[in-house]
Amino acid sequence: MKTIEYAVTDPMGLHARPAGILVKKAAAFQSKITVENAEKGKSADAKRIMGVMSLGVKQGQKIVLTIEGDDEEQAAQELEGFLKENL
Amino acid sequence: MEQYTGKSVVQEIAVGSIYVFAKKESSLTKRTIEDADQEMARFEAARTEAMNQLDHLYQEALTQVGEEEAMIFDTHKVMLEDLDYLEAIEEKIRTDKVNAEYAVTATGEEFAAIFAGMDDEYMQARAADVKDISDRVVRILEGRQDEGFHPAEPVIVLAEDLTPAETIQMDKSKILAFVTQKGSANSHTAILARSLNIASLVNADVEIKPEYHGRQAVVDGVEGVFYINPEPELLKQKEKQQKELAGREEALKQLIGMPSETKDGRKIKIYANMGNVEDVAQVLKNDAEGIGLFRSEFLYLGREDFPGEEEQFEAYKEVVSAMQGRKVIIRTLDIGADKKADYFGLEPEENPAMGYRAIRICLTREEIFRTQLRAIYRASAFGTVSIMFPMIISVTEIRKIKKIVEQVKAELAAENIATGEVELGIMVETPAAAVISDQLAEEVDFFSIGTNDLTQYTLAIDRQNQKLDSFYDSHHEAVLRLIRMTVENGHKAGIWVGICGELGADETLTGTFVDMGLDELSVSPSSVLKIRDRVRNIG
Repeated sequence: MKTIEYAVTDPMGLHARPAGILVKKAAAFQSKITVENAEKGKSADAKRIMGVMSLGVKQGQKIVLTIEGDDEEQAAQELEGFLKENL
Repeated sequence: MEQYTGKSVVQEIAVGSIYVFAKKESSLTKRTIEDADQEMARFEAARTEAMNQLDHLYQEALTQVGEEEAMIFDTHKVMLEDLDYLEAIEEKIRTDKVNAEYAVTATGEEFAAIFAGMDDEYMQARAADVKDISDRVVRILEGRQDEGFHPAEPVIVLAEDLTPAETIQMDKSKILAFVTQKGSANSHTAILARSLNIASLVNADVEIKPEYHGRQAVVDGVEGVFYINPEPELLKQKEKQQKELAGREEALKQLIGMPSETKDGRKIKIYANMGNVEDVAQVLKNDAEGIGLFRSEFLYLGREDFPGEEEQFEAYKEVVSAMQGRKVIIRTLDIGADKKADYFGLEPEENPAMGYRAIRICLTREEIFRTQLRAIYRASAFGTVSIMFPMIISVTEIRKIKKIVEQVKAELAAENIATGEVELGIMVETPAAAVISDQLAEEVDFFSIGTNDLTQYTLAIDRQNQKLDSFYDSHHEAVLRLIRMTVENGHKAGIWVGICGELGADETLTGTFVDMGLDELSVSPSSVLKIRDRVRNIG
C-alpha cells in the first residue's frame, strides 16, 4: 500500500476540471485508489468524480491518496507528479 | 415601459430586441417498466449519444473560447462515466422498475442537491453541471433536439439560466447582451459575458414571459437595470450613453499603467471599492492602485448562519493574493440599517440608520468580531492588508477595538500562525468623528471618509426618501467643511486620509479634493480610469 499526502495549492481547490483529470488518471490503474480530505476526514473513490468533487477540497487543505494493488508503485509515482503539476 | 434590476457583470449598455431563450418543457412522466434489461439498453444508447455530443461540443469550444473553458465538456464526460451516478440510475431502473427518463432525472436531482448543499460557492455552481448532463441524456431519450438559437439579427438573450453547452452553441456575433433570472458572477454565462465584454445582468428580477420575445429593450450594465419597451426619451439617452461609453473607454484604456498625478506634480492614489471576491478581476482590469474599501457584508448576507473563520479567510486571501502586494483595505462588517440577515436576530428599529449596526454590533457581540479579525489577520500574511472600522463616534470605541485586536494578534502568534503588518483605520462617516478627528487621528493609521453616511447624518436627510430630493445637496458646504477639517486633522497627526464614498467618484469635485490634500480616492472599479483622467488634467 502506498500513500501520498499533498496540500492543494490551486486557488479554486480540487474543482471540477482537475477533479475530472484526476479521476481519468486514477482510472488508468488497476489499483484501488481512495482520496481523503484530511481536514474533514471524508474520503472517496478516486475513480469516481462525483465523490471526489463532493469532498469539497479547498486551497491549503491536505488530501491523502491511498493506493493499493499490483501497479501501486507506478500509480503512486505518476499521481504524485500529477498533483504537483495540476493542483 | 417595464423596469427590472439585476446584478451587473459587465459595465456596458446594450440596446436591441429581446430573444426569449426558453427551454422546451420536458414531459417527464414516471412509468413502471416491464423489461429492465431493455430499459438499461435504452439508457446506454442515450448515454453513448450524449458522450458523442459532448465530444463535438468540446471541439467547438476549443476553437471558440480555448482549452480552459472547453475542459468543462470533458468534465461532463467524466461525470457521465461516474460509477456512483450510473449505479444510482441502474438501481432505479432495476429495483424501482422506473423508466430511464425518470431514473436519470431523479438521480441528477439527487447529485445536484449534494453540490447545492456544499459551503463552497464554486461547488454550489456545479449543481448546474450535474443537471445539465442529466438533461442531455433525457433529451436524447425523449428524441428532442438541443434548443436552437437562430435570430435574424443580434439580440438581447433573456433566459432563466444558460448552461455552458447552450452558450457555446450560440452564434456569438448574434448576442448583444445576456439577462438571466438565475446565475451568479461565477456562472458560465457571466464568464462568457466577460470574455465577450458584452452587457450582462444575472440574478435579474424579471419573469421569462414568451410575449417578451421581439420586444425592444435596454440592458444597462452600468446601473444594473433592464428596461423593456423603453420610453423614447430614455432610449435616446441610453443610446447616447452607449456611444460615449465606447468612445471614452478606448481613450481611458490608454491610462492603464500611468500615474495618477496632476500636471503640476501632485499625486493622489486611486483605489477601488468592491463587495465580492469576483470583483477583484474588475479592480485589476481597471488598474486601481489598491482596494480602498472591501465591504465584507457579502460573507454574511444571503445565508442561514454566521460564516466561519476558514471561509472568511479563504475569501480575503483570494483577494489579497490576487492584488499581489497592492493594498487591500477590508472594512469590518457593516450589518444593520438596510442590510440585514435573520440569523443576527436584530430587532426591528424605529430609526435603523442611527441604530444597532456595524461596530456597535461588533463591540457588543465580540465573538462575531473576533472571528472576522482572525480571518483578516491570517490573510494579511499573503499581501498588504489594512482594516477599517465603520460607524466610529469616539476614542473609547477605538481603544476597545485596539484591545481586541491585540488579543487576536497574540492568539495567532501563540498558535504560530503567520500574519503581516496591518494598518488600522476608521471610516469617518459620522459628524461626531469628523468633529473630533484631531483626537481620533492620534489613535489610528488612517482615515477613510464615508461620504454617503456623512452627508445623510450631517444634513439629516434620509437618502431613501425621494420627497427630500429637492433639499438634498451632495456638495453642501457643511459636508465639504467636515471633509476639509478631517484631512487637516489627519495630516497634523501624520496619517493619511482618503474618501471611499460616492463623492470620491464625483468628477466635479476631483479638483477640490486634490486641493484639500486628500491622499486617496476609492471609487468603483469602472470609475478608476475616469478619475485618473480627471486628475491628470488638473493644474
